[in-house]
Amino acid sequence: MLTIKNLHAEVDGKKILKGINLEIRKGEMHAIMGPNGSGKSSLSSVLAGRENYTVTEGEVIFEGKNLLDLSPEDRAREGLFLAFQYPVEIPGVSNLHFLKTALNEIRTYHNLPPLESKEFLKLTKEKQQLVDFNANLMNRSLNEGFSGGEKKRNEVFQLAMLDPKLAILDETDSGLDIDALRIVAAGVNKLRNADKAFMVITHYQRLLEYIVPDFVHVLYNGQIVKTGTKELALELEEKGYDWLKEEVHQKESV
Amino acid sequence: MTSDKSFYEFISNGVPGPEQKVDADNAIMPARKLAFSRFKELGLPTVKTEEWRYTNIQRFLKDAFTLAQEEQGAVTAEQLSNAGIPQLDSYRAVLVNGRLQANLSTLPSGGKITVSKISDAAGNTQLQAWFDKHPHLQSQPFAALNAALFADGLFIEAGVNAALDKPIHIIHVYTASANAFIQPRHLVLLHKSATLEIIESAIGLNDAAITFVNGVTEVVLEENAELWHYNIQSTIKNSRHIYHTSATQKADSRYHHFNFTLPSAELTRNNLSVALTGSNTETNLHGLYLATGSQHVDNHTFVDHLVANCNSNELYKGVLLDDANGVFTGKIHVHQDAQKTNAFQQNNNLLMSEKANINSQPQLEIYADDVKCSHGFTVGRFSEESLFYLRSRGIGEEAAKSLLVNAFAFDITDQVHIPALQDFLADKIRQYVAGAINN
Repeated sequence: MLTIKNLHAEVDGKKILKGINLEIRKGEMHAIMGPNGSGKSSLSSVLAGRENYTVTEGEVIFEGKNLLDLSPEDRAREGLFLAFQYPVEIPGVSNLHFLKTALNEIRTYHNLPPLESKEFLKLTKEKQQLVDFNANLMNRSLNEGFSGGEKKRNEVFQLAMLDPKLAILDETDSGLDIDALRIVAAGVNKLRNADKAFMVITHYQRLLEYIVPDFVHVLYNGQIVKTGTKELALELEEKGYDWLKEEVHQKESV
Repeated sequence: MTSDKSFYEFISNGVPGPEQKVDADNAIMPARKLAFSRFKELGLPTVKTEEWRYTNIQRFLKDAFTLAQEEQGAVTAEQLSNAGIPQLDSYRAVLVNGRLQANLSTLPSGGKITVSKISDAAGNTQLQAWFDKHPHLQSQPFAALNAALFADGLFIEAGVNAALDKPIHIIHVYTASANAFIQPRHLVLLHKSATLEIIESAIGLNDAAITFVNGVTEVVLEENAELWHYNIQSTIKNSRHIYHTSATQKADSRYHHFNFTLPSAELTRNNLSVALTGSNTETNLHGLYLATGSQHVDNHTFVDHLVANCNSNELYKGVLLDDANGVFTGKIHVHQDAQKTNAFQQNNNLLMSEKANINSQPQLEIYADDVKCSHGFTVGRFSEESLFYLRSRGIGEEAAKSLLVNAFAFDITDQVHIPALQDFLADKIRQYVAGAINN
């Protein structure tokens, strides 16, 4: 589904990603971990098409297409979704109107007619119940005045509504209390299926107790320095990142 | 003509003065004469005139104009259809070059609300009592010029307790095939406890010549009257507009005024002023300006709190593109006797290009000590992060920008109580954003 080959990227002339290689197949759950500043969020930004990043080398193939050639909106329409670490508040745009616009723009891209209001509302209700999103928040302005937890739950609700092929969750767990974390994780787990893939970016192992990954990658200094299974996350939780950093520096000095 | 002096000379000498005007308005002729001498006394403003500092009116008066009004006849129903607001159910008063055309209009009839030509109503004692009497108009040269030489316009009178089932839509059609200086004038008088909704809009049919419109509307709200007053400014590029809207509010009255300035007239100068002469009034002034190209939009507002216990609330928002230039001057005067005044003012701007410019100056003069007053001014650029957030959900750049401009304008458009007008404005915003992106 997604193939990242030797991806290099920089922002303001500073090299952030220094040769990322990653393969994600459908149905898989990948966790990306790593210390602060290792390039985790940058990877998600580059994949979603944030404009201040410049890709200097490498390629990304998503469902047979060169992802880096596409505008952010076309990436979304092709089935890529990024749950933001810091969801934006947009006063004056209602949550429902925003979702309807997004959904219909994606449908138009695939030559489908826009959803009738009735169908849209039915879908909304179904997904809202699925991921346990507060119905009262749907008519409010997009994320305006939402608590941190409500914003993150709204990201998962949008994920459910837009039904992407690949969802990237960028530190969706950070700043959440345990109840909110459980709800967010339960929502994600309900959305897992054989056709959908996930890339979960997190700083903490805690999330991975609720969302169990198939693979865990450790990102450090712009590269994936180690790949393992969920046991790797436990090891990181116990030992921290320092032993990995030392391993990398030893390799470099060899 | 190449200077203001020549425009002034042209007005003073080159055209028939008020005494030569042959309209059947003899009863207001003395007022016209008075206004004409007032105009001569005031003279035309320059950039050294404080109220015209940011609007160099001279350059808009350089061209040769004629005051001669083209008569109707050229306007067809088809041309008029472009002037409408889709789905709007309203009465309709169509004015061609400032003169009411009964055959193109549908006016309320048989009730307590009358719409007539101001020239036909010249004998009306109510009209005479209020005509050109608003204190704020007395120092305004363009208002004086209008009073002296106005073409015609409407006298709208609503009797005690009167109300209509739907709004009155005043449509101005400008047809000038040679540079024309057109001066429409209205007086809107609501007697005790009357309620009315008025929408005013304009179209130009000929872009080959310059249309300069110098309009004045006087509004009088007697006790407990309420007026919803929407002004939609969306005419052709080759047009220049100066409007004075001056309202007097008596006790317990409510005035809701909206200025929507849309592309693409090259000059729009709005002078909006409200005198609060009775207590317990409510005044809501809303403005939205979307300017593009080299448009110059200047909003001057003045809320005059003369007595105690009045509430005024003002919100003006602007989006500026390209080389567009915006000016906002909001004056609030709270007189010594006007205790317990609530007066709020806010001006927010969104600049969508490097070259767009806004000059904003709040002017609060407060002489009472027990009042609540505030003002605020912001200028911002488009939030790239908001735009990226919307695009990352599959919403195209144009639709995303349209959503964001709509969101910015929401505080204003949400106050519009006519759904068809809300839809019309949303559509105008879409067109504006689409035009911005395709440029």
